[in-house]
Amino acid sequence: MNPANYLILAALLFAIGAVGVLVRRNAIVVFMCIELMLNAVNLTLVTFSRINGNLEGQVIAFFVMVVAAAEVVIGLAIILTIFRTRKSASVDDVNLLKY
Amino acid sequence: MDPLLVAAGPITHVGTGETLTFWIIAPIAVLGALGMVFAKKAVHGALMLVANLFCVAVCYLLQDAPFLGFVQIVVYTGAIMVLFLFVLMLIGVESSESLVETLRGQRLAATVLGLGFAGLLVFPLGKVISHQPAAGVATVNSSGGGNIHAIARLLFTQYVFAFEAVSALLVIAAVGAMILAHRERTGPKPSQKETLRRRIAEGGVLTPRPGPGVYARADSADQEPMLPGSPSAGENGAGNGLVGGAPPAPSHLPPGERPPGDGSSGGETGTTPAGGGPNDPATGPGLTDGSAPVGASKGSGL
Repeated sequence: MNPANYLILAALLFAIGAVGVLVRRNAIVVFMCIELMLNAVNLTLVTFSRINGNLEGQVIAFFVMVVAAAEVVIGLAIILTIFRTRKSASVDDVNLLKY
Repeated sequence: MDPLLVAAGPITHVGTGETLTFWIIAPIAVLGALGMVFAKKAVHGALMLVANLFCVAVCYLLQDAPFLGFVQIVVYTGAIMVLFLFVLMLIGVESSESLVETLRGQRLAATVLGLGFAGLLVFPLGKVISHQPAAGVATVNSSGGGNIHAIARLLFTQYVFAFEAVSALLVIAAVGAMILAHRERTGPKPSQKETLRRRIAEGGVLTPRPGPGVYARADSADQEPMLPGSPSAGENGAGNGLVGGAPPAPSHLPPGERPPGDGSSGGETGTTPAGGGPNDPATGPGLTDGSAPVGASKGSGL
């Protein structure tokens, strides 16, 4: 086996996450799909760190994790606020930004 | 390239242990991701995502990144998924999404796009990369005094500005979440009298409901006893209980008629089990004279 198999696994996970973002309506599930895509990118970073033989990829993956944690906190607070006013967690109900 | 790395030699093939672990872990990760996308309930999707994140953490551990692997388990499958589950329970697990497509052909287009995207990523990537040698980070890890020490050295020297910026981002995110989720009280706090008036005006059952596993919805003696096979065990349970407000009048019926399954007919049907004593083998001869205590009719309504 070659270490590039990790890259293929990460590509598959990223594609699945992208399909989930496009298909699902529940805002929380959309958020979990975004987490999946971030993790796929992290796996790619760690694998390239191994292929290139330096640790910068792991450090950047660590930063991605921290930013993802901040994003989750803010995103879930926004979903909670929208749910309080509209009684729904569906992304179809939040369409006032269109106009 | 660093001469140290050239001396270490490239890695094109990894050990059999890592190969075996990868081929066990990778299908589980893909299945977890697919299960998260296709799960109907969001809680099931969250559990699938936990499995997937755990598999990715094992992949980190396999690739000589123990720090990231354990951070992944602690932060992602621990903290972030617990946060997700908290918000899921706050919003309500039953808030299922509608399966009606608002954009026609959206799912088909998304599936085709996803398959094409995966194909574009996987096939050229696999072709180009599959025979490239990999250097491996074991040398860098050991020369830096272990993975955690090497990463810490990088973080606090070369990337210290990014580290500080990210810490500021975390503080801002925490304060922002508090501001977003905080709800200021705009009116005065409702008193007990106002709360009671609102409950009566809204209708519904005013008395406390019986505990779980009890089929009756009210516990008074004039209520029809309720068991799983009872004919009038509709969605209202036994009778209509003590209901505040006006009962909802069915609009499609003439005013004198009652629908057959209406809960307000529970007053008549509630007397039938005690009256049908001679034909009922469960009630026995002692109860046929009509002098049965009121509570006995609750148990004989089989």
